[in-house]
Amino acid sequence: MKSKAIKTRMSGNEAVAHAIKQINPDVMPAFPITPSTEIPQFVASMIANGEIDTEFIPVESEHSAMSATMGASAAGARAITATSSCGLALMWEMLYVTASSRLPVVMALVNRGLTGPLNINAEHSDSMGARDAGWIQIYSENNQEAYDNFLQAHRIAEHKDVHLPVMICQDGFITSHAVQNITLWEDEPIKEFVGEYNPEHYLLKEDEAMAVGPYAVSNYCMEEKKAHAQAMINAKKVILEVAKEFEEITGQKYGFFEEYKLEDADFAVVAIGSVCGTAKDAVDKLREQGIKAGLLKVRVFRPFPGEEMAKALKNCKAIAIMDRCESYSANGGPLGAELMAALFREKVTAEAVNVMYGLSGRDVRVEDVEEVFDWLTKMAKGELKFTEYPYLGLRD
Amino acid sequence: MEKNTFNFREMQAREDRLAPGHRMCAGCGGTIAVRNVLKALHPGDKAVVGNATGCLEVSTYMYPYTAYEDSYIHSAFENAGATLSGVETAYHVLRKKGKISSNYKFITFGGDGGTYDIGLQSLSGAMERGHDMVYVCYDNGAYMNTGVQRSSATPMYADTTTTPSGKVSDGKPQARKDLAAVMAAHNIPYVAQTTFIGNMKDLYVKSEKAIYTPGPAFLNIMAPCPRGWKYDAPDIIEICKLAVETCYWPLFEVIEGKWILNYKPKNKLPLEDFLKKQGRFKHLFTPGNEHLLEAFQKETDRRWEELLKKCEM
Repeated sequence: MKSKAIKTRMSGNEAVAHAIKQINPDVMPAFPITPSTEIPQFVASMIANGEIDTEFIPVESEHSAMSATMGASAAGARAITATSSCGLALMWEMLYVTASSRLPVVMALVNRGLTGPLNINAEHSDSMGARDAGWIQIYSENNQEAYDNFLQAHRIAEHKDVHLPVMICQDGFITSHAVQNITLWEDEPIKEFVGEYNPEHYLLKEDEAMAVGPYAVSNYCMEEKKAHAQAMINAKKVILEVAKEFEEITGQKYGFFEEYKLEDADFAVVAIGSVCGTAKDAVDKLREQGIKAGLLKVRVFRPFPGEEMAKALKNCKAIAIMDRCESYSANGGPLGAELMAALFREKVTAEAVNVMYGLSGRDVRVEDVEEVFDWLTKMAKGELKFTEYPYLGLRD
Repeated sequence: MEKNTFNFREMQAREDRLAPGHRMCAGCGGTIAVRNVLKALHPGDKAVVGNATGCLEVSTYMYPYTAYEDSYIHSAFENAGATLSGVETAYHVLRKKGKISSNYKFITFGGDGGTYDIGLQSLSGAMERGHDMVYVCYDNGAYMNTGVQRSSATPMYADTTTTPSGKVSDGKPQARKDLAAVMAAHNIPYVAQTTFIGNMKDLYVKSEKAIYTPGPAFLNIMAPCPRGWKYDAPDIIEICKLAVETCYWPLFEVIEGKWILNYKPKNKLPLEDFLKKQGRFKHLFTPGNEHLLEAFQKETDRRWEELLKKCEM
């Protein structure tokens, strides 16, 4: 069923809350943390006004939020939660437990840096730290994508070949709080698209008992991990199928990543999240000057579409891989490390640099991205070679 | 006293909901607690059993075998309260939506490490939010699964691997946390403390009340551990009896805020009688340590008197 487009304006947090309203999940345990706090607040108001059937559990910590979400999901409910930063860090242990229990919970993650020092602004250190927890991670450039991605999350998570939790990420404040234009979709086609959740096995299934969370010795554990890894591989196909179906309803196109003027680009920036809007402006300006600039915007980070990204970048002369997260590895950030390895496997010989940007919410302007493209043109000519990975906009 | 719904023969005839063949130690108090609490479920009622990481978890659900006849969930050490609160909430939604119709009860088990210490916040949250569930602590007074380290439930002077008695150490310097009182302060409908006495009547009656009282309930069950307490395994029932007769482990209930003492020994026995059967207190009986026994007796008496006041005895 096709949906009419409903034009309005709202923040990223409101957009996710609207998605939750349309999905009408069974259980939402959550604990307040800036900048994701508004999401459980909006849900609590919707419950208070009788607009949804969801049960909200006002837990006493994020560790308990993830534990209760896991418990509710194992019990047979469609369960969601929301968090940011240190909240995700406190959930860490349970992220792994939930994923290895193969429970299809969905989390609205509003990206904020992990403390050190305490800061409340956009950074990807929270979700990037959890990149190996076995969750699917999908990132959003703006409120529209946060909304559309959240609507697709349950379909991916609950697919029989996947059965994995999904994290839908958006940048703190920049996306979560800034009010932008958005197109909403009608309730009925969305409800039909998301569908009812009818799991095959669950704790409260009346005609069978089920046990969750075993102690597994080495004889069994490695096979469990391989099965989990295989589900992540399977997710690639499912993510694209769900995106295709979503496109049929809404006309919105989604894939593993977006290629913006990349096809014939000599110089490419690869980035995640809200900075991509700024990067698109920079690309447009440079194209006007006759410079073949392009952008690869990563949407799906887990599963990591390394081969596909490397192929899309194959004809570039120089590539800047942008990380909004330090790894303190003396070797660059997480996107840099993983994409460099993928470029090597695909024998992409372009010059490549890993750029650290926007940490702790440091503003990134169009001119900053233009500077990165300037580095790339110099790198391609052999006029510039970085001995260390550069920090964009670092004060002296 | 409470109305007697206890029929020993009928209870023993009920099918065990914790199947034999699990890997808990012979003579383990934790297992006795779990078997008997689950026997208090009315036949026909379904249950979801929760569990904090510990001896019980690793010995009763070792993949691919489970000893539980009911649905069971373990997720981690410090979150048995929160995990089961998610399950219980899911039950209400699924019932509301007409997806299930059976009567389910929610019971979670944790050792004292997972309950008094690392899981205290999660337990407190679950009780305060009012979930209709029972949290059962099988209190063996130390982290037994990792090899007898002290917990805040460990009695004073006990020799543990992190409070060893030695030339300049008397064992654990602090007295144990009174968790039942902490839980009673949550103003939940039912809190009780018990252990294995007689034919398990006290344990059964309290378990049934805990399970069938609407709202949150907390049961604290002293469950001796032969490895950590260092006693001869067949002595477990005698040790439990001495814990009660010396007033070290009083049997009481807190119903809707009202404290009720369930048993008052006619002749209160000296604490020594309870301690001397256990290797973990051996050092208290070496000459020169009489003052330690005296201090422990004094602390036990103080707590007993305080309890009598609460129970208006």
